[in-house]
Amino acid sequence: MNATTLFGLCGAALVGIGLYGLITNPEPLRKILAFNLLGSGVFLLFGVIARRGAAAGLGGDPVPQAMVITAIVVAFAATAMAIALVQRLWDETDRASIGSDSSETAEEKS
Amino acid sequence: MSIASVFDIALVALILTIGASAILVRTAFAAVVMFVVYGLLLSMAWVRLHAVDVALTEAAIGGGMTGLLLLGAVARSRSVNVDSVRVGYPLRLAAGALCALVVAGLAIPILHPPEAIPTLAPTVMENLPPSGLGNPVAGVLFVFRALDTLLEKVVLLLALLGVWSLAPDHAWGGTPGLQVYARPDPTLIFLAQLLPPVGIVFGIYMCWVGAKGPGGAFQGGTVLAAMWLLVIVAGLQRAPAIGRLWLRGLLVTGPVLFLVIGLAGWVFADAFLAYPAGYAKPLIVAVEAALTLSIAVALGMLAAGPPVRAQQQ
Repeated sequence: MNATTLFGLCGAALVGIGLYGLITNPEPLRKILAFNLLGSGVFLLFGVIARRGAAAGLGGDPVPQAMVITAIVVAFAATAMAIALVQRLWDETDRASIGSDSSETAEEKS
Repeated sequence: MSIASVFDIALVALILTIGASAILVRTAFAAVVMFVVYGLLLSMAWVRLHAVDVALTEAAIGGGMTGLLLLGAVARSRSVNVDSVRVGYPLRLAAGALCALVVAGLAIPILHPPEAIPTLAPTVMENLPPSGLGNPVAGVLFVFRALDTLLEKVVLLLALLGVWSLAPDHAWGGTPGLQVYARPDPTLIFLAQLLPPVGIVFGIYMCWVGAKGPGGAFQGGTVLAAMWLLVIVAGLQRAPAIGRLWLRGLLVTGPVLFLVIGLAGWVFADAFLAYPAGYAKPLIVAVEAALTLSIAVALGMLAAGPPVRAQQQ
């Protein structure tokens, strides 16, 4: 197995880890973090595709690389927006999680 | 087994361990610290994949800036009562199984790549010389896929509008409440005085060198934004009120210049976002310089968050 395949598997595993965190953690802040982890795994997979497209004396295909740079910046913008939303949620409700317990739903109705 | 492959295996093991602990640790603060470390390790993986431009972006934005955002949010969440709702074991098992399936689904195409791998690298290298750029990634960003880059700047501005519009009514046009530490300590203040001159020169250099080698407007802009935020976090200067005209002017300078040059392409080079022959490099460098400033301000204000205090007259 060469290094590129190894990093590809690493990217796949990161997607899985991020997805697990996204599903199981009830705190919105941790969900945002997990989503970023998932996204970086996808970017890494894309980087592996770029590396495999190495040709013409380049170490990798520059088109996917440029797209990943754009994607990282857009992911940051989305994260900033999500965090601002979460903070507004805290200000309005004083709750740090979005779990769906019955006690919480009762609290919401009041 | 060569030294390089031992390094790669160790790096992947570290990335996965730190990534998993960023998900599994108890406190949000520890998770964010893990995430920053994870971002730095991941940028090393990008270097190993021969994508130095991406590595710089990942270290600066993916790890650093996102980490600062999350840290700021954790600092503000202290006052909120964190209820210890934990998901039960059956759901955890089901989620784990689902994630394992997803990982397997992604791993199969990685292990069995197609015979002929599609690549645009030869096309890029053929068409790069007329633009006068030496860095193929910068060529893709500013020549071949310039529309993507332009729209991405618009996305940054839209996100900033979204963040600002979450401000309470009384604070509209006021100053953002970025506060990571309750009281900045002397070390932080010393660093905030020492680092910015070096950081500003480095940020400008990264923007300038981006035409030839790894670097560029995003990376340079992020370094500038980081220096600005360091000064604000250390309490040496307050974040500017979002109603300031100079601030809004700086935010739109880059995208507007890019758009004007793009529209001028219709007149002088027969296509939107095309550069007239012979003037490509100076125009790209001008756009990059203006974008670096706009990106620095946009990233800084995104990290600073929505305004919380009304502007003091």
